[in-house]
Amino acid sequence: MSDSPPPPSDEEIRRRQRARAIVMAVLLLAFVALVYAITIAKMSINR
Amino acid sequence: MPAAQLSTSIPADWRDFLALTKPRVMSLVVFTGLCGMLAAPGRVNPVLGFTAILCIALAAGAAAALNMWYESDLDAKMKRTAKRPIPAGRMDRQSALHFGVGLAFFSVILMELAINRVAAAVLAVSILFYVLVYTVWLKRRTPQNIVIGGAAGAFPPVIGWAAATGNVTLLPVLLFLLIFLWTPPHFWALSLFVRSDYAAAGVPMLPVVAGPRTTRQHILLYSLPMAAAAVAPWPLGLAGPFYGIVAAAFSLVFVGIAVQVMLSRAAEPAEMKAEKRLFAFSILYLFALFGALVVDRWWLA
Repeated sequence: MSDSPPPPSDEEIRRRQRARAIVMAVLLLAFVALVYAITIAKMSINR
Repeated sequence: MPAAQLSTSIPADWRDFLALTKPRVMSLVVFTGLCGMLAAPGRVNPVLGFTAILCIALAAGAAAALNMWYESDLDAKMKRTAKRPIPAGRMDRQSALHFGVGLAFFSVILMELAINRVAAAVLAVSILFYVLVYTVWLKRRTPQNIVIGGAAGAFPPVIGWAAATGNVTLLPVLLFLLIFLWTPPHFWALSLFVRSDYAAAGVPMLPVVAGPRTTRQHILLYSLPMAAAAVAPWPLGLAGPFYGIVAAAFSLVFVGIAVQVMLSRAAEPAEMKAEKRLFAFSILYLFALFGALVVDRWWLA
């Protein structure tokens, strides 16, 4: 008798991939906003 | 096959990546880093200050992820850590490694580009120290693991200060020393009441190797220089009387509980009230001292 978990369904794999893609998109947008804000901050300091 | 060696075919949930960063530990790191920055002379641009703290948080998360990658076999043996993503089989080790390395490089490069080179260099040293010196080299080899390894957690106020000023002076070094000397009593108090966990995993923590009595003596032994380092900024003229009085009062309570721990003969975790009190108070202690330092430097200077 094996105690290994049942293989994940395609639906569950897709759900995880979608959730990760959304989190990654949010992080990338936040990074773009941060780089923009850093640029403005550095320009105002060097002015 | 141990859970740590399972290769999961399902992609890990994003919450498991978040769990790899040990968010609760990160809060203390972020707080001390922020206080180091706020205690520094001059005012930091809010965006750059936020970026520096973000880099400190990401670096702490990277170090934690690499720690969980390397120690997944140990984590699987300890009740306290068995539910972490890798030992629980929710994530494969390679994903944790890639995540940790990626985050480490990202945090250091962002610190270098957005803030300054000194802060980036100290940040890189802190990650390497935690991963290579503490996790890989010391933790499984010596009961002094937490003494030397504690330096890794002492870097954030130095990084915060360096981010604000571009240099490192005596006050951030004293803050480093404070956390460095605080770490052994903090972790030894914890390891006294989770000793069986460490013993089961084969980690040579001091209570496992030298016994509870020696550990209790060492807790008091380290509490005394820690109290001296905590109060030192006041007589040295680096902080005002508000910080000095808060530091002296809290250090007195800390040493008082450390004496109670030394006198304790409790053998069962359920009976270790002084040890648990010291562990809980030690967290409050650090928050209170760093908070007092910022209040002292900002509003009372």
